Amino acid sequence: MTLDATDRRILKATASGLPLTPHPFEEVGRWLFLPENEVIARMQAMQDDGVIRRVALAPNHYALGLAANGMSVWDIDDTHAEALGAQVGALPFVSHCYLRPRALPDWPYNLFAMLHGHSREEVEAKRAEVAALLGPAARGSDVLYSTRILKKSGMRLAGEG
Amino acid sequence: MRSTLPAEALDATDRLLINRLQDGLPLTHAPFGPVAAEAGIPEADIVARIAHLREIGAITRFGPFLDAEAMGGAFCLCAMAVPPARFDEVMTLVNAHPEVAHNYERLHRLNMWFVLACERPEEIAEAAARIEGETGLTVLRFPKLKEFFIGFRVEA
Repeated sequence: MTLDATDRRILKATASGLPLTPHPFEEVGRWLFLPENEVIARMQAMQDDGVIRRVALAPNHYALGLAANGMSVWDIDDTHAEALGAQVGALPFVSHCYLRPRALPDWPYNLFAMLHGHSREEVEAKRAEVAALLGPAARGSDVLYSTRILKKSGMRLAGEG
Repeated sequence: MRSTLPAEALDATDRLLINRLQDGLPLTHAPFGPVAAEAGIPEADIVARIAHLREIGAITRFGPFLDAEAMGGAFCLCAMAVPPARFDEVMTLVNAHPEVAHNYERLHRLNMWFVLACERPEEIAEAAARIEGETGLTVLRFPKLKEFFIGFRVEA
């Protein structure tokens, strides 16, 4: 999808969040001198196209007690990787799930699944659930815990420098 | 904020909002109507509660979630095995690149994991090569081959 300048203005205006009023799209329209129905129609088109995944609330995992997360990684036989990846991604405690290339010999793993829990013990228990689901198709696995955030910058919109 | 809120910080209505509004809001004139009806409170109170949840740090944001790739641009997860004695020096070199969007230290021989975000796919290899030149370390690249649909929701 190619975004035009008005689409980009809408995304930029809402990048830090929707205005908290009962009619947020009307308010965005006021900011940008656009009618509410145009704001809604453009956002709906971007959502239908996948540019906007959803308009939603992002819980703070840590504040809500999900303090532990681990990046679990799995070496899955390529012939089963897509089907099994879809099953792993559907688990309620998996927040991201991707197939990626291996980097042999340093890195034999091709399935990445981020696991969340209240403690590392809970993350380990969830890793065992994933292992049970994958069965013998998983030839090896590991889990990497993050110890520090070294950098986290907001995503820049392409074309805005 | 990495600390947990006390259980009494949220009441049943707050928990309902967190659980329901993760899934997405209808794009309509009155998007809070359905959840207000379910909670049995006015839409203005829903909005006030969302503001309060943000103030106390129970939620990090409320708004559109974008698919960066659908908007154009290229992304790649990268990893390096950084000798512990050089960790801070290498971190400074890596973080100085504007293409580095996130960078995490992880417990593994591959101990530095970062995401390169560029406008064009060929810039990923260029940025990785620059980092290799500056640090003398190999940058392993793990581009996404396939992303799976996610059922993840945080139960409040």
